[in-house]
Amino acid sequence: MTALLQTENLVTNFYTYEGVVRALNGISLVVDYGSTFGLVGESGCGKSVAVRSMMRIIQEPGRVEGGKVVVFFDPDNQQRGVDLLQQSEAYLEHLRGDQISMIFQEPNAALNPIMSIGDQVAESFLFHKRKEMCARVLEALRRPDGPSASPLGAFQRHLYARAARNPRDLLVTLTTKIPLLKHWQRRLKKEALRRSIEIIGKLGIPNPDKVVKLYPHNLSGGMKQRIVIAIALACSPLLLIADEATSNLDVTIQAQILDLLRSLKQTEIASILLITHDLGVVAETCDRVGVMYAGNLCEVADVGDLFHDPRHPYTRALLAAVPRFHQEGPLLSIEGAVPNLVDPPAGCRFHPRCPEARDICRRQFPETVDMGGDHTVACYLYTDQARAGDAP
Amino acid sequence: MKKLIELRDLQKHYPVRGGILRHQVGSVKALDGIDLDIYRGECLGLVGESGCGKTTTGKAIIRLHRPTGGQIIYHRGNGHAPVDIATMSPGALKREDIRGRLQMVFQDPTTSLNPRMLVKNIIAEPLREQPPLGSRELEGRILELLHLVGLTQDHYLRYPHEFSGGQRQRLAVARAIATNPEFLVLDEPTSALDVSVQAQILNLLQELRQQLELTYLFVTHHLLVVKYISNRLAVMYLGKVVEIAPTPQLFVQASHPYTHALLSGIPIPDASQRSRRIVLQGDVPSPLNPPAGCRFHTRCPFVIDRCREEEPFLELFSEEHRVACHRKDEIERLVRDRFGR
Repeated sequence: MTALLQTENLVTNFYTYEGVVRALNGISLVVDYGSTFGLVGESGCGKSVAVRSMMRIIQEPGRVEGGKVVVFFDPDNQQRGVDLLQQSEAYLEHLRGDQISMIFQEPNAALNPIMSIGDQVAESFLFHKRKEMCARVLEALRRPDGPSASPLGAFQRHLYARAARNPRDLLVTLTTKIPLLKHWQRRLKKEALRRSIEIIGKLGIPNPDKVVKLYPHNLSGGMKQRIVIAIALACSPLLLIADEATSNLDVTIQAQILDLLRSLKQTEIASILLITHDLGVVAETCDRVGVMYAGNLCEVADVGDLFHDPRHPYTRALLAAVPRFHQEGPLLSIEGAVPNLVDPPAGCRFHPRCPEARDICRRQFPETVDMGGDHTVACYLYTDQARAGDAP
Repeated sequence: MKKLIELRDLQKHYPVRGGILRHQVGSVKALDGIDLDIYRGECLGLVGESGCGKTTTGKAIIRLHRPTGGQIIYHRGNGHAPVDIATMSPGALKREDIRGRLQMVFQDPTTSLNPRMLVKNIIAEPLREQPPLGSRELEGRILELLHLVGLTQDHYLRYPHEFSGGQRQRLAVARAIATNPEFLVLDEPTSALDVSVQAQILNLLQELRQQLELTYLFVTHHLLVVKYISNRLAVMYLGKVVEIAPTPQLFVQASHPYTHALLSGIPIPDASQRSRRIVLQGDVPSPLNPPAGCRFHTRCPFVIDRCREEEPFLELFSEEHRVACHRKDEIERLVRDRFGR
């Protein structure tokens, strides 16, 4: 397997008045080309913080304090990765939404209520694909049946030519700021809108040319989520990060969206990083799963392995707590609550709730153990230290 | 089995006003003729998508709003005659002590508990509406309730923000059972909670039902949760009940295409069971202007001409199993042929 995104020992802290919230305590995971990676855990375990740290969109007072987030843009060359944490903000601005894009949880909050749908989707084309689109418009202008050779037309062509060479050209930037003059971009915007309609149509929304003129409040929840996905997919990203993309939707709409993501993975995008608290969604869509608890990744495995042979006590408890289709007997709940991360328990953060906690768990954080078959667990149950006499 | 609550053609239409004079230009038909029997001691699950009127039904039964039509017949037992509480005035409801007998647990415990009240006041509030208790007795009762829901004496003098989500929901349950009700409406009591905590609350509700002989109306959109806790299940779509059956039977022998779609839409937490699901096209139509004929016909994969014209009614399909569908007898075969389930 070739890696697309790899994080090593990612640490993120939030500096609040109550103290330092250690939200991420060293996360290492690998998202492969062509796979769907699921990140599951209860609320407050750091799923969202993890992906936000990867994209470097952690808000104050949070800070990414250590580790690496390496992206391999070329599947054939695994040596040349780019560490996002070392890159400039400008570089990331061009990366986000283009190579790596994100779907946020709440479509109502992710969409701008006073911008039409078309404009919102077109925004990402105008930002990331400006050069390419200018070249296309120029091509259309140069055709013999194009606009007349008036001085204005010539000026327009000149501007498009310059923008196609360098979108941040001084003259181009200047003219976009001056009233009246900035109308030369009309063709560019039309081209962006045309592409928006195309991508919205591709996502199975009826009458895309009418939908682009609507505003978010005109659409239903499922439609809005589709638009958010359309924005994320606009530039055909390598990696799509879906942060609880279906949590607020109804079962039937959720089924539509999951179906859509699955078909998109076969055609448009290389990999998906799916964040969810719903183990059912994970079982249906993911290839690999990482289970998080209180800022740690406690188990990573292939999806079949994880559901058939969970190793970490937390994963086992979590699976036992989900009502099943053929549920018999009472649900087994996990006693206690998720710890406060300002003052997390020493050692393994799960030990206060763990039925198999040993002495060493209270003292020391467990190393990640390779169980074979790409199955890793961070638990003392599987290390030699624990077996050597330190009985529960 | 004795009936506790009977809904007869229950309707709730919200007026939509428009024009300069704000006259009524239409109505949102949130509930459009609900017929439902709730038996003593059972847990009736009510499922459906958001906006289908589940919560409105629950709120109507405990009279948090006044239905615009139909009857809610409450069989009080103990020698009381059945009463229609749909049209009773709030004063009468309080005088007859019906309010105390029908209670509700709301969806999000963060918003349903007053952040400025102590736990003891939150739980004491419904008790104060009842025949007065002495302060010692009141304290004793509150502590008893806290123990019932798995909290301790330490929590007596705290504010809601000091609790976790699951504990807050326990508080909300304690408040609801404070007045010794016989019927509880549980409005998505676990949807704001995490999986591990959800199991705790479900088990708690299960225990309380047996211990206090309660009857539940469990409103939710999560079918696996409702399967775990309820005896019978009613499926709602756009202000109507489309299917009602004992839970095990509904899961084995669903006879309404919408129920099939809901069941197949559940993500099953088992990687070996990736099944083909029935993906419905489009969204729920607006209840402002529901489709003619069968309300589900716009999204139904098995629609025939009759569905567009004639509205199906809830009819007996087999014992205790009622379905509102014209093609109820062939649905199972149709689903098998089309989706191979």
